[in-house]
Amino acid sequence: MPQAEPLPLTTTVDHLFRCEAGKMVAVLTRLLGFDHLEQAEDIVHDTLLKALETWTPATLPDNPTAWLYRVAKNRALDFIRRQRSSQHLAADLTAHLASEYLLVPTVNALFEEEGLHDSQLRMLFACCHPALPPEQQIPLMLKTLCGLSVPEIARTLLTTEDAIEKRLSRTKAKIRAEKIPLEVPQATQLGHRLDTVLTTLYLLFNEGYHALDRATVVSEDLCLEAMRLVQLLTQLPATDQPPTRALLALLCFQASRFDARLDAAGAVVLLKDQDRAQWHPALIALGNAHLSQSAAGPRLHAFHLEAAIAAVHANAASVETTDWPQLLRLHDMLLARNDNPLVALNRAVVVGEVQGPQAALAALAKLTTLHGNVFYNTACAEMHLKAGQPAEAHRCFVQALACPASATNAEFLYRRIQDTTDLLVMAEA
Amino acid sequence: MEKFAFLFREAPQTLTPEAQATLTQSWYAWMGQLAQSGTLANPGEPLRGAGKVLRGTGKVMTDGPFTETKEFVNGFIVVSAADIDAAVLLAQGCPVFGSGGSVEVRPVMQM
Repeated sequence: MPQAEPLPLTTTVDHLFRCEAGKMVAVLTRLLGFDHLEQAEDIVHDTLLKALETWTPATLPDNPTAWLYRVAKNRALDFIRRQRSSQHLAADLTAHLASEYLLVPTVNALFEEEGLHDSQLRMLFACCHPALPPEQQIPLMLKTLCGLSVPEIARTLLTTEDAIEKRLSRTKAKIRAEKIPLEVPQATQLGHRLDTVLTTLYLLFNEGYHALDRATVVSEDLCLEAMRLVQLLTQLPATDQPPTRALLALLCFQASRFDARLDAAGAVVLLKDQDRAQWHPALIALGNAHLSQSAAGPRLHAFHLEAAIAAVHANAASVETTDWPQLLRLHDMLLARNDNPLVALNRAVVVGEVQGPQAALAALAKLTTLHGNVFYNTACAEMHLKAGQPAEAHRCFVQALACPASATNAEFLYRRIQDTTDLLVMAEA
Repeated sequence: MEKFAFLFREAPQTLTPEAQATLTQSWYAWMGQLAQSGTLANPGEPLRGAGKVLRGTGKVMTDGPFTETKEFVNGFIVVSAADIDAAVLLAQGCPVFGSGGSVEVRPVMQM
């Protein structure tokens, strides 16, 4: 038989696999129980493998998602039928899975939209369970909900595959030991559990956002995944809280700048230098909508402030027309509730716009813990330039270069060093 | 609480795939509800038609269940209920009645 041309792993197919893998792992884990997470992942892995083996460019199914779900369902049914007498599967589904009367319809129902939705929310809360240490939560989320492979996770989190494997196996052991349930918490617990979920999704978005500098295909997907999961939370009344909306607004504003963040050569462009025509108006509008919806309830959350800050920038036609005094007020509020040097750093930049570079430099000088931070040194450098001190600026840029930084930041810094060198040469001439 | 077996006997019918799907869905809904409410002591199994009947010393006598299709048991479950009247009440929602079938309610013997 002639060898059919294999399916090229285009970004479309890769993207499809990643999206659907996350959903399928969530549903299968719901069926088999959190204890059987690995088996759920195996079934999904086998399903994707079968797709790669069976699909050819000529014979691509009309509905690839349905094809994947059908294969995964059948494998799950096989597993359940073989294992249900000897293994505990999902505790609350025992009766449903035990009888042929209920087994197939139960599995089918879970693969419908509502079942997919519910399963993913359960997985989301389980990944962010307080018994799991924070550094284990994101790798688990990336592996299960976001369908990333171990190499992809390692690249995203700037660590080795081995380190990720170890972290994941420790997490799985913890899940079994602590008997972490796969459920959305009850009302009394929901408030602070939701906070953890939102913070983790925020971190997830940030991982993708900063990975954009390294221009991996995965990174934009990660940002969109984080947004999709926050969106999922808004679709369940219990989790559709003001902080959820505020976070979604913030992410929309950040995402609206994707196309403007990098120039043609792939180097980072700072906010103040970005071509605002490339900012996505629909995402900004969406951000504004979610922000107004978040203006409810008695509690002011940090996300409200961060979203409001992002909104000021997003809605400003230019750097000059940006409401910097308002931004300073918002940063003051943010610093008051979170005395964090990075918040103070951002505030100092705003101070530079409102009160001039000397005031900013004074504020920056207080942040002694940030001397090894690339953004801190860059901010100092830019302020020195504004204050007409190119030699100091040069020194700071060089110091920034010595800090741990991504490759594209380094390129940006080389350019700035060159710019300041030119200024110094001109001054001496 | 006692246990009662429900023996289902469906009237023979040929259904379109859509009608079959609707019927399956109503069985799922009814039984799922029993499972959710914790009254399903044993979720039983649906039974296929082809089978064998043995009598006497275990010699295979006939190649299927009883010839009269009315006697053909299509499946069973076991529910928990306070008494037989409560069990009968639970059986009311069974989709088998729609096509002229029946539910036989039998208390489980405690030995």
